[in-house]
Amino acid sequence: MVVNIPKPDKELFNMLDEYKGIFIVACGGCPVGCDSGGMERVKELEGLLVKNQKKVTGNALIDFLCNKALVGSRLASHIEPLRNTDAVLVVSCGIGVQATASMIDLPAIPANDTLSSQGMQGLWPSSERCAGCGTCYLALTGGICPITTCSKSLLNGMCGGQHDGKCEVEESRDCGWYLIFNRLKELGKLDNLKKIPMLRDYRKLDVPDKERTTTRWALEKTEVYSETVWKQAEEKKEA
Amino acid sequence: MSRLQESLKKGTFTITGEIGPPKGVDLTHCWGEVEYIKDRVVAINVTDNQSSVMRISSQSICSLLVQKKLEPILQITCRDRNRLAIQGDILGAYAQGIRNILALTGDHTTAGDHPGSKPVFDLDSVSLLTAMSTMKDGKDLAGQELEGVPSDIFCGAIVTPGADPVEMQLIKMERKIEAGAQFFQTQAIYDPKVFEAFMKGASRFKVPVLCGIVIIKSAGMANYMNNFVPGVIVPDGMIQPLKDASKEDRPKKSIELMAEFIREIRPMCQGLHIMAMGWEKYVPELLDMCEL
Ligand code: SF4
Ligand code: SF4
Repeated sequence: MVVNIPKPDKELFNMLDEYKGIFIVACGGCPVGCDSGGMERVKELEGLLVKNQKKVTGNALIDFLCNKALVGSRLASHIEPLRNTDAVLVVSCGIGVQATASMIDLPAIPANDTLSSQGMQGLWPSSERCAGCGTCYLALTGGICPITTCSKSLLNGMCGGQHDGKCEVEESRDCGWYLIFNRLKELGKLDNLKKIPMLRDYRKLDVPDKERTTTRWALEKTEVYSETVWKQAEEKKEA
Repeated sequence: MSRLQESLKKGTFTITGEIGPPKGVDLTHCWGEVEYIKDRVVAINVTDNQSSVMRISSQSICSLLVQKKLEPILQITCRDRNRLAIQGDILGAYAQGIRNILALTGDHTTAGDHPGSKPVFDLDSVSLLTAMSTMKDGKDLAGQELEGVPSDIFCGAIVTPGADPVEMQLIKMERKIEAGAQFFQTQAIYDPKVFEAFMKGASRFKVPVLCGIVIIKSAGMANYMNNFVPGVIVPDGMIQPLKDASKEDRPKKSIELMAEFIREIRPMCQGLHIMAMGWEKYVPELLDMCEL
């Protein structure tokens, strides 16, 4: 089950600052179960965007965004509105954002921070990986994850080990920062490289207890927990 | 102010050398190398677990160099330590009289002799430079005040002139400068044209660049570098003469080729960083040939 938390509004509008026409793509899979996605959230975001002088060019709810082929075929029917779009806001886990970014030639902006994406059959990643860093950087990196595509999870650009687009760690492995550089260049967004926060906050890697103990956490957890444990927890909360 | 900083400030063409600490506590060989170069260079880089191979720590060798009244350049990589350890090391180095610090991201752990160890990379070259800059201003990375400020750290970084795409190199170089880099040493380079093109892009930053060379000892070594060291290209024009030379003549030929290159790049940059890799004994002769 994926655990996401919606990005704070302030961060969201920072990321969207330079874009006017926004198309919303939302995942109909896991995020629905963890209150960070689904049609309800799309409507909420639409309202928020309009209130902040953005133009919403359309939306698409696709289950599951982690399935690239599905994303590609579904978005094909939205070609018209996408033509008038400056950026796509993606309501999913990090993998859904990466998958969407790879299918469009527009900046893809994550609406959530992913804390964890373990287990559960909804996840169908091909090459995309999300390490649940809790501070999704995809808005600035062209939808390519620096944490999982760079062997050193670097935030400040390519290291000296890149050669012919490959990583020093493994001959066949693409250098993540080579991919990011080329993608940003295509998008005309090389300036983003200067905006990426320089330090990681490793506290965010850890899923806060509050997220673990709500029903958002894995369904298994609900079953594993005995009635009494839940009852005790509820009672404690009420008290 | 360190001698290195002073020399670059004065605009003197500045020469630095490099040694790699041994794996073990016998320093005889290490001091032998130092002996050959010490009167010909302003400062000596000491590598930090170079190529991810475990060795005596860079900082302890640097501290011993200070005791010998020589000037070290402490290389710090981000592979092995997190931000607490690295900042503590910077303070410790400063307290021991070390002033020049070169920030590197570092090779991945898998490249070395402890391939299963944990790759840390909590910081990288840019954030490490930032840590040094904030410490020079009296605060650590968390914004806490320091008791006694290491205000005289001279922050260095590296750049790879032969990297592809060079545009990314220049962006990263600029980021390093914004983060506080005051001088650059380059990855080895052998093609004056490539270096010239790079310097065209880099000179606008107005930060001194010391051109790096690894002395090529043989055609085999040149081929190895071409195949395995990213961003390093040894041109055929350099490999063939080494192939043709007899084993006894090879050092002489090699030094000639290096000297020719150095003479050509000299007007383009602010200094030279020589990585002799065991051929320290030829360094004085090489510098004589270049009138340096
Ligand atoms: S930056 Fe990468 S690891 Fe972090 S949340 Fe986004 S996709 Fe996941
Ligand atoms: S070569 Fe590229 S992917 Fe590999 S560690 Fe360096 S920047 Fe990261």
